[in-house]
Amino acid sequence: MGFTLTYLSLIVLVPLAAAFIKTSGMTWDAFVEAVASPRVMASYRVSFGISLLAGLVNAFFGLIVAWVLVRYPFPGKRIVDAIVDLPFALPTAVAGIALTAIYARNGWAGFLEPLWGGVVAPDGHVVHNGFVQYLGSIFPGVNWGEWLGLKIAFDRPGIFIALTFIGLPFVVRTLQPVLEELEPEFEEASATLGATRWQTMHKVIFPQLLPALITGFTLSFARALGEYGSVVFIAGNQPLHSEITPLLIITKLEQYDYQGATAIAVVLLVTSFTLLLLINLLQNWTRRHQRA
Amino acid sequence: MATTVTHLKAQLGDDAPVSRATRDAPWVRWSLTAVALLFLAGFLLLPLAAVFTEALRKGLGVYFCALIDADALAAIRLTLLAAAISVPANVVFGVAAAWAITKFHFRGKNVLITLIDLPFAVSPVISGLIYVLVFGLQGWMGQYMNAEHPWLPWFQQWLVGQDFKIIFAVPGIVLATTFVTFPFVARELIPLMQAQGSDEEYAAVTLGASGWQIFRRVTLPNIKWGLFYGVILCNARAMGEFGAVSVVSGHIRGETNTIPLHVEILYNEYNFTAAFAMASLLALLAIFTLVLKSVIEWRYALSHKS
Repeated sequence: MGFTLTYLSLIVLVPLAAAFIKTSGMTWDAFVEAVASPRVMASYRVSFGISLLAGLVNAFFGLIVAWVLVRYPFPGKRIVDAIVDLPFALPTAVAGIALTAIYARNGWAGFLEPLWGGVVAPDGHVVHNGFVQYLGSIFPGVNWGEWLGLKIAFDRPGIFIALTFIGLPFVVRTLQPVLEELEPEFEEASATLGATRWQTMHKVIFPQLLPALITGFTLSFARALGEYGSVVFIAGNQPLHSEITPLLIITKLEQYDYQGATAIAVVLLVTSFTLLLLINLLQNWTRRHQRA
Repeated sequence: MATTVTHLKAQLGDDAPVSRATRDAPWVRWSLTAVALLFLAGFLLLPLAAVFTEALRKGLGVYFCALIDADALAAIRLTLLAAAISVPANVVFGVAAAWAITKFHFRGKNVLITLIDLPFAVSPVISGLIYVLVFGLQGWMGQYMNAEHPWLPWFQQWLVGQDFKIIFAVPGIVLATTFVTFPFVARELIPLMQAQGSDEEYAAVTLGASGWQIFRRVTLPNIKWGLFYGVILCNARAMGEFGAVSVVSGHIRGETNTIPLHVEILYNEYNFTAAFAMASLLALLAIFTLVLKSVIEWRYALSHKS
């Protein structure tokens, strides 16, 4: 017991406290200056916005993956189940360079390029105009090339792909045990009462999954917020445009701006602790709710 | 309710409306399976395949040359060293913490569990940063080493005399690795030991076993799969950690570079083949971890059933 507490304090609590103590030495104005300068604000927008998007995509596909893994038999299911954990086991730096290799312009996904950009034959004859141009003629005024992720790597869509990759297992792994414990009696009862399968799905099954789904989404969102390794390779890291908050901390450290770096770190820490607290509250609430 | 439905099913046969209502139509089943598999293939398998193809693009000779490069070997050694220190440290802590939490009653237990989970909620970059704040030259330890009237003067003299460096040196890497892998073992063991309860330990006490005997003969055999599971996850993370280690390492080639950091350096030098060759080592470790994990889950399910 004593050993547990000592070790915990030495490795976790004292260093974490250092971050808060360091910022408490700053004046309020200096703190605001450090955490709310335009470049930092832009990085929050990128980090929070894309993490949110990645979390939502993961919640949607994670639900499907978990459902398929629990309910449907298919060959190779055990292997698929094991592979879901790959983002936990694969180091983030490896994921980063692998995703970049796929989505860079001359990378694996380069074969999609003609589809977006169009094909021109050597004699100058236009074979195919490309979706970007089609869309542009239907809805002018939007830079569709940028929107559709014509440029995936070294830009925002790249960040989205990396964050989706690392957050995927959270949703699947929180949903799986809940799905396994769902009793078929509920569905049977619902069916005997005359509900269609869709009604059962959406009125009986989905509400029972919702707390786990929200937990999974929040976990994957929180993880995406702090992610660094996989993103730096694929993001292009342009200030004000595709620079994530953790990268900004590193940049400040490299400029020996320890206070500035710590102030941003404190903002991120408080955010992730709040998210953690919300998950705990949600879980307590569900437990009480289900017992009642 | 359940028995009635099962009964009905038996009478009406498998295609009865009840059974149909709890199953999805084949087209739903197939399309959902297809969506799930395509998504996983695109997001998970494709990157894995990319690592190995890129690594082997210039042939096996270049691949192995990249692996036996002196800096590469130094990086591999350092990664192994960091894992060899931090994993056992966290195993000892994990077992002690799980033991304290599940076998004793005290206040603030939930707070303690939350605190143990903290490193999971902290961005890896921040994990590195906080160690720089404590041990860096600008940090607490640096201030202490340069202080004119320090607390415990002989200790300061000793530290200065040793030229002891933590940040931008190996001890910092080990510490940061320990921080990020801190919760793995404890987290696996706590629910497991909670579920098992303390009955067997009580029985051992009444039979006159000492504390150590109880642990070795009763507790350890019960938790061995969970422990093993925690260790391999902890190890995978320890060897692959990038963000935290990157902040504290200082990136000195051949000295303070772990495998993931070496991957980054090679990649930024446009030495892609070598970068992917090093990355393939980590990818192999990941695959190995997943295989072991499945095997353990399977063994555990078997031992649980019997």
